[in-house]
Amino acid sequence: MSIVGTRVVRTEDPRLLTAGGSYVEDLRVPELAGAAWATFVRSPIAHARITGVDASAAARAPGVIAVLTAADMDDLGPPPPPPPGGGGEAPVPLGGPWAEPLLAADRVRFVGEPVAVVLTEGRYQGEDAAELVSVDYEPLPAVVGVEAALAGQTLLFPGTGSNVPITAGGQADDAIFDGCDVVVERTIVNQRVAPVPMEARAAAARWADGRLTAWLSTQAAQLGRFVMAGVLGLDPAAVRVITPDVGGGFGAKVGVDRDALVIAWAARRLGRPVRWAETRSENLVAMTHGRGQRQVIKIGGRKDGRILAYRLHVVQDAGAYPRMSGFLPFLTCMMASGPYDIAHVQTAYQVVVTNTTPTGAYRGAGRPEATAAIERAVDLFAAEIGLDPAEVRRTNLVPPDRFPYQTAGGARYDTGDYAAALDQVLSAAGYADLRAEQARRRERGDVVQLGIGLSSYVEITAADAAGGETARLVVHPDGTATVYTGSSAHGQGHHTAWAMLVQDELGIEMAKVTVVHGDTDLIPRGTGTYASRSLQIGGAAVHVAAADVREQARRVAADLLEASEADLELDAERGLWHVRGDPEAAMTWAQVASHASAEGLAASVNYTGGQPTFPFGTHLSVVEVDTQTGKVRVLRHVTVDDAGTIISPVLAEGQRHGGIAQGIAQALLEEVVYDGQGNPVTGTLADYAVITSAELPSFELLAKQTPTTANPLGAKGIGEAGTIGAVPAVQNAVIDALSHRGVRHIDMPLTPARVWAAINGTGVIL
Amino acid sequence: MIPAPFTYRRAATVDEAVTLAARGGEDVKFLAGGHSLLPLMKLRLVVPPELVDIGGIGELSHISEADGHVRVGALATHDQVAGSALLRRELPLLAHAAGRVGDPQVRHRGTIGGSLAHADPAADLPAVALALGATLVTRGPSGTREIAAGDFFTGLFETVLEPGELLAEIRFPKAGPSGWSFQKFTKRGIDWAIVGVAVAGDRVALVNMGPTPLRARAVEDALASGAAPDEAAARAAEGTSAPEDLNGSRAYREHLARVLVGRALGEARSRR
Ligand SMILES: Cc1cc2nc3c(=O)[nH]c(=O)nc-3n(C[C@H](O)[C@H](O)[C@H](O)COP(=O)(O)OP(=O)(O)OC[C@H]3O[C@@H](n4cnc5c(N)ncnc54)[C@H](O)[C@@H]3O)c2cc1C
Repeated sequence: MSIVGTRVVRTEDPRLLTAGGSYVEDLRVPELAGAAWATFVRSPIAHARITGVDASAAARAPGVIAVLTAADMDDLGPPPPPPPGGGGEAPVPLGGPWAEPLLAADRVRFVGEPVAVVLTEGRYQGEDAAELVSVDYEPLPAVVGVEAALAGQTLLFPGTGSNVPITAGGQADDAIFDGCDVVVERTIVNQRVAPVPMEARAAAARWADGRLTAWLSTQAAQLGRFVMAGVLGLDPAAVRVITPDVGGGFGAKVGVDRDALVIAWAARRLGRPVRWAETRSENLVAMTHGRGQRQVIKIGGRKDGRILAYRLHVVQDAGAYPRMSGFLPFLTCMMASGPYDIAHVQTAYQVVVTNTTPTGAYRGAGRPEATAAIERAVDLFAAEIGLDPAEVRRTNLVPPDRFPYQTAGGARYDTGDYAAALDQVLSAAGYADLRAEQARRRERGDVVQLGIGLSSYVEITAADAAGGETARLVVHPDGTATVYTGSSAHGQGHHTAWAMLVQDELGIEMAKVTVVHGDTDLIPRGTGTYASRSLQIGGAAVHVAAADVREQARRVAADLLEASEADLELDAERGLWHVRGDPEAAMTWAQVASHASAEGLAASVNYTGGQPTFPFGTHLSVVEVDTQTGKVRVLRHVTVDDAGTIISPVLAEGQRHGGIAQGIAQALLEEVVYDGQGNPVTGTLADYAVITSAELPSFELLAKQTPTTANPLGAKGIGEAGTIGAVPAVQNAVIDALSHRGVRHIDMPLTPARVWAAINGTGVIL
Repeated sequence: MIPAPFTYRRAATVDEAVTLAARGGEDVKFLAGGHSLLPLMKLRLVVPPELVDIGGIGELSHISEADGHVRVGALATHDQVAGSALLRRELPLLAHAAGRVGDPQVRHRGTIGGSLAHADPAADLPAVALALGATLVTRGPSGTREIAAGDFFTGLFETVLEPGELLAEIRFPKAGPSGWSFQKFTKRGIDWAIVGVAVAGDRVALVNMGPTPLRARAVEDALASGAAPDEAAARAAEGTSAPEDLNGSRAYREHLARVLVGRALGEARSRR
């Protein structure tokens, strides 16, 4: 029996749960002996001109080695131009007049922006000395929220003439709604949230012989090397990036933040290693935030439930610097029509800058925003025509015989059976019974009402499949194997999955397979872990490498057994080579590898043959709403998340669990809030409410696999499905619980105060 | 997230704590469980030059009975209070409320004395002390004082404690068979109350409805003059001055106070 699809436990866990991980801050390597600690001086003001920096008192404080500011950055060339393809849809900084400095020079644009870095012998000394750095700020009016940005009364980048670096999409044309019986339009908010990885950002750097070694908490070691080399003006070969254990990233650790670049630069400047690990307070203001879209949705169709036209206009809050350019709303618009077959779809977006923390990728990066918009729109439409939202969905889902399905937004959905996913969820949840219970509570006028929310979705994973991923597989003379992967594991379980793939292909037991990642000297080429791409691209690379090694081994074994290659068979159950019909005279991998040529049994692959894939599914949320207080309790969450072939059900369920939890959190609790002056109001985890197990039911995860043909594993990505499906399901459920009282929409997060305000028709109370 | 430098001293007895604090001057702070003080120090919102750690004083974590009273040492942790068989029998409101403070880590470090001395209007136990008519026993340079809970809280994070005065013990009259209820309204299980209500017999106290924990006097008066619980609950916001923050406006909190007092009175009656 193949190991693929079986419930193998994670090989990572024994170490993580006993000895514990080793994160950048934990490193006690000799190269970092005597490292200076870096502490950033960050702007306490959202928008201001810097008129002076006086570091003299700080420089005299105990333990201070140096206080560095932008004025000290005379050894750096101009910032490298954004990579080709930037300036619009690529997930890279816009640059040019919108460029983000490493340390603020004459202007600060958000609370938390680094202005200076204090280098000290000990860490605590840095916090004390940083307080002594006196920066003169001449406050400017702060631009907070997309309305203020669009109004353009104050400009963040005066030279550019506007706060809108990017505008894309066609003119709105209301003719697409001609012939609709019913048209609903609404402005909704997909609020700004914070990624809050367990391990905040951290970096360490050391120079020796003109070469930089940087330890980074990142999702993409090789990309990190590329960025570091570019900014510091180095040949990439002169940079070694090492990623020790990484405690989560959720998209916010894909690139290399300016803070980490400053660490590498400061280490060169000082001639001494430097290390930095931010505090949670810093993390909440200085790591990128996610989401942050204002959406105008307009949907129209017939009274029988058929949707004929849909329009989505997005304003993306980029924060102070367009780090992701137009990428997030671009993806949102590409996926705008979701799993529905809609004749007319129009999208457009604007990207605006505001005096807030820059936004970037966060679990789903643009796709959850698309799903949230269309799933709210479908429910608004269903409510308007008085049909069951499940029925309206079924009427409009792309039928199974239409794949591959080309969308107006430019996506080509590979494989799917969307209605089957919907029906599977409805029947497992007992949809009819739930509706009956809801009707009884309404009839009785219960204080606690029941809501049922649906979300059918399709998303794009491995959107940049063409970028490829590398794998090198070596089978050693002792019969063990090593996989070097360009993918950057940071919690997902790559080591387990990659070893499963090797065992499946070669019959070498998982326990004998070592997986290595995240050291660019060992693995110079690679792409990284994001966009749910790892298994389908990085795993496929391992699979292809293993197939290559198998054919090499076949030749060696044929030689040893004096048979023709065509007659050789690999018993993948036992990991033995033998001649067909003669299983007794078998050779082990150790024997074969020992007889291989000097290069041994090894294959290097850069797998670029994959295509983007389109996982899909349906989430159903059942909530109770206390109509006297506005408090929501999630009772059940039932999902189908079809990600094609599942290699490891344990890992796939883990991804769904975490994603659903984060999705429910966005729907009910989380929001990064600024006051009118751009001061963060949610600067600690007491105010920024991440979810805990106490707020969550056990999830009901249903199994469904529709393999893709886009890669040899048949696998699609599953890392982000949870946040994509869960958010609108929960939001729709809460609104559904109150729909009989005329509530049609409540913006997230659906906190008790907001829900109560909606019940009372008093508008949003904050 | 790293406190400013401070001097740390550790006291083994109440006398030593009082002496060390007196020697250190005005701004010395006692450190009990540290679960209110240390977060503030890490954010540098509080910068005490010196801490006197009272966590090791063995004589202050008792929970015992004496002539119609229950005596709880100031260093009893929330977890000890929640788990005490004596308290669950005699003062179930106190035990239950202590079990709703924060999360398990907080309950294993945080102390009842620290909670009362800190006087956070969003904290649970100060309102419970009011509802139960507790007496706070202190030790300071000028001797021992006994202060009624109703006189103890003077403002936002302010009490009648003098600098260097240690809260040693909290005395509760036994509640008898009167009904009780504790309604804590939060977004998440681990949160501070957006609004909370403690009912013990005919006494009603509110969490987070003003700068200090409050008695809901209008409700108590209405009940005393024979009003039905619902009628009485409608007066729950009278005399309050609730804060406005991310969790809700004043109007929302006033509404919650009415709803929660109504629920609390109902539950308390069912427990008589
Ligand atoms: C994550 C988290 C969640 C929390 N949630 C809640 C909650 O839901 N409800 C709630 O009520 N509380 C909550 N708390 C606060 C918690 O209950 C604290 O433990 C309590 O408020 C303070 O007790 P402590 O022993 O930790 O005091 P410390 O932090 O040590 O001291 C607090 C203050 O009181 C003074 N002090 C302490 N003991 C004495 C004494 N014996 N005499 C004189 N002065 C003294 C100190 O000098 C200091 O000023 C939470 C705390 C955290 C960290």
